[in-house]
Amino acid sequence: MDIRLLLDKPTEEEKVAVDALLGPPESAWRGGDYEPLDGRVAYGGHAAREQRHLLLPALHAVQDAVGSISKGALGYVSERLMIPPAEAYGVATFYALFRTDRSGGRVVHLCDDFVCSGRGAGEIASALDEAGVRWEPSPCLGQCDRAPAALVHQPGDGYVSVAPADGSALGADPASDQPPPVIHQARTELRLLRRVGVVEPTSLEDYTGSGGYDVLRSAIEMGPDEVIGHLESSRLRGRGGAAFPIGAKWRGLRQAAGGGKFVIANGDESEPGTFKDRVLMEGDPFALVEAMTVYAYATGAEKGFVYLRGEYPLAERRILAAIAQAKRAGLLGDNVAGAGFSFDLELRRGAGAYICGEETALFASIEGHRGEPRQKPPFPTERGVFGMPTGVNNIETLLAALAVLELGGEAFSAIGTQESTGPKLFCVSGDVERPGVYEVPLGTELDELLKLSGAIEPMAVLMGGAAGSFVDEDQFGMPLSFEGARAAGTTLGSGAVVVFSSATDFSPVLRRIARFFRDESCGQCVPCRIGTVRQEEALARLDARSPLGTEADERRRLDDLATAMTDSSICGLGQTAASAIQSAIRLGLPGAPS
Amino acid sequence: MNVNGRPVRVDAGSSILDACRAGGVEIPTICHGPTMTPANACRVCVVEVEGSRALVPSCSRPAEEGMEINTDSDRVQMSRKVILELLGSATELDRSNASILTWLEKAGADTARFGPPEGPKTRHSPRPGHHDTVPIDNAASVHEPVKIEDDLYVRDYSRCILCYRCVDACGIEHQNTFAIAVAGRGFDARISTEFDVALPDSACVYCGNCITVCPTGALTGKVEFDMREEGSWDESAQEVTRTVCSYCGVGCNLDVHTQDGRIVKVDSPHDHDVTLGNLCIKGRFGWTYVQSGRND
Ligand SMILES: Cc1cc2nc3c(=O)[nH]c(=O)nc-3n(C[C@H](O)[C@H](O)[C@H](O)COP(=O)(O)O)c2cc1C
Ligand code: SF4
Ligand code: SF4
Ligand code: SF4
Repeated sequence: MDIRLLLDKPTEEEKVAVDALLGPPESAWRGGDYEPLDGRVAYGGHAAREQRHLLLPALHAVQDAVGSISKGALGYVSERLMIPPAEAYGVATFYALFRTDRSGGRVVHLCDDFVCSGRGAGEIASALDEAGVRWEPSPCLGQCDRAPAALVHQPGDGYVSVAPADGSALGADPASDQPPPVIHQARTELRLLRRVGVVEPTSLEDYTGSGGYDVLRSAIEMGPDEVIGHLESSRLRGRGGAAFPIGAKWRGLRQAAGGGKFVIANGDESEPGTFKDRVLMEGDPFALVEAMTVYAYATGAEKGFVYLRGEYPLAERRILAAIAQAKRAGLLGDNVAGAGFSFDLELRRGAGAYICGEETALFASIEGHRGEPRQKPPFPTERGVFGMPTGVNNIETLLAALAVLELGGEAFSAIGTQESTGPKLFCVSGDVERPGVYEVPLGTELDELLKLSGAIEPMAVLMGGAAGSFVDEDQFGMPLSFEGARAAGTTLGSGAVVVFSSATDFSPVLRRIARFFRDESCGQCVPCRIGTVRQEEALARLDARSPLGTEADERRRLDDLATAMTDSSICGLGQTAASAIQSAIRLGLPGAPS
Repeated sequence: MNVNGRPVRVDAGSSILDACRAGGVEIPTICHGPTMTPANACRVCVVEVEGSRALVPSCSRPAEEGMEINTDSDRVQMSRKVILELLGSATELDRSNASILTWLEKAGADTARFGPPEGPKTRHSPRPGHHDTVPIDNAASVHEPVKIEDDLYVRDYSRCILCYRCVDACGIEHQNTFAIAVAGRGFDARISTEFDVALPDSACVYCGNCITVCPTGALTGKVEFDMREEGSWDESAQEVTRTVCSYCGVGCNLDVHTQDGRIVKVDSPHDHDVTLGNLCIKGRFGWTYVQSGRND
């Protein structure tokens, strides 16, 4: 394949940034200077194309260094990796953190999602405008426990989360890391969160001193089958939203034929109102590394990825540091812990795309393609990333797996309810006095969680974020378990619990949710690509009191859209895009279409 | 397996769509082309499979023994109708292939139900994750000015339903040139060259293999486009002559379309096992000399 490039050349700065990632170009065919020998050889074929997975890291390198991706830089990346520039452009324009439409510079991403907008995001926006600071609205930044949130990017210096943000602080260069999150519960009640904020997250020594790597050691003694046996008897189900039994997934991957398997930790956490995985990754990164190592050992995978949300800079630094220390200590790499298996773990950063949390979109993203989901089957344990059998688990699921192996499967299964075992994290935010991550046994009543967090005159609670649904007072007594949520007509989803007080006008909330889905749809399938737009338009018309036909016509239109999106979208995004809005309508929340 | 209650037998590896067609049941398809791997994007081919929560795209789901398929339930009809309505609300479909037009009618799709489409807007650089305004009086559309960049073909993306067929034809499935891809995200996704540069500046080799797979008339030869615009394009008055390209030794089959004694289009039969409908720039466009002396 020939690569035909535009005539634009990269700047020296852009070149340096790409070369820092990929090394110097090997020949003139790859963007290097012309040497006479280059006239006699051609490089290409599989070796070149197999580098495609470096596209996203290379685009990050450019965006990080100069704050945008120019024609010249895109051409240089294309040439280095032998990717047709049209395809590289298609990938670059898929992610919100990449800019191809303007020059770089400092920018503030300001969350204007439903939690932050109720907590002063609007005032900060005005303050930034007055100060002449360039800012852009952003969907939920996963900092709802300290709303309002901002993410500041200073090209060359990197990203910093600022939360709670105020107009003045954003003008300065915030250099220090954020303080650890406030945990409102007694430490003795905690298992998943027990190290967060207590054990130094940058020290392997402190981690092992607090029981870290005991699980890996005992797993190696047990052997893979017994490890998976514990997970099966624990009846632990995935915490990423789909509630799939982890034992079955790990068993499936272990039994998948052939080598070349992968394990992936899904840290893309972008569901509005969700921040538990961030708290775990920032506060206990070694536990994630250990859990992934156990995952690899039990399933026979030799390579793993942590796919991290692009907007989580502190988690990125912590995980990179943890991986590096584990490698130095012989706990990653060849012959892990002297046990005769090898495992290589790599962090990959997303770049602002909610859809990349969907597992098949996540594969496409890692492979260097647009983050478009594909139809399942085939399921990931048969055909996952790079076409190989792959296990994907949520961050919390992985840490819960460590807890299973600490306690034993049977003991773990005694926590919670029959169908929903174990402790679970909930991200409580919105109109509460003590927002934060709470760890409770599954089956705990929602009421109890509202009391723990000091809910302020709660009128409705959004369960599971934008992809979830609202419940009102009538359901506040529901047990927080998979079956309890189902019976109450809702979902635990991502573990988001967003509280709305009786003073809430839901109309802007619903419109923000509609906007979210319209902006985050990958655009691949018609019901979601166009349906999310029509849903937002109908809400906008109703808001403006200018319905198309009667209000009843608009309602019918919303219902039909909901049916078509739910029934015939490819992935969970389109299938849930109408869920919260429809639930608000059903409950007759103030400001919802009636 | 059973389709609408009637037993159907197909070879292993067939799709549900194959099975339905084998059973004489019609299913609409848009993004599925006979020469291409299904893109699975348009979703009009969804059917109900017993035991499956969501509807299932029949084009890309393999048929399995014992499956119970329903192609005509209320759920299927509802989705099919809304999907066609959505397409029609954002896209100009009037030059689409006959199958799309028939199904719009059969499904009773009311493409006006989401409001009058917004007029053409100049394409701007994608800003994934952001959009500025929500129209109140119109339905947002993909309409944009027609791209006429040369004498060979025209790209009228107001008609584009984003079926990925041209991208796959240009890239992995046929031509391996990769001049176009999908850029941007969600509703703002468009078929585009890098930075939306004009085709002559891109990697395009003008084989026109994208034109031949486009189901909506978004991509057409310039002659056909001009004739359609002036209203003189009339397929019923056209004759198609099968011949062999004389330019090189590959010997591609050509279908030469003539109207009023003039060549108006050349393509290649899609079911031909050598070309699969593909040609190169010479075979597809190199025919103007035939009539230049006579008509100029
Ligand atoms: C639109 C969409 C977004 C998703 N985002 C995430 C995410 O951010 N994190 C996550 O763990 N799972 C996410 N999922 C679910 C994953 O596809 C997958 O089911 C999960 O990572 C499996 O892990 P688990 O079994 O441990 O829950 C998402 C699914 C969809 C449809
Ligand atoms: S449902 Fe939406 S996000 Fe999912 S594949 Fe379809 S267009 Fe993409
Ligand atoms: S231009 Fe035609 S073939 Fe290409 S995506 Fe659009 S409708 Fe499909
Ligand atoms: S269309 Fe092109 S490849 Fe085919 S015979 Fe003619 S010149 Fe040769």
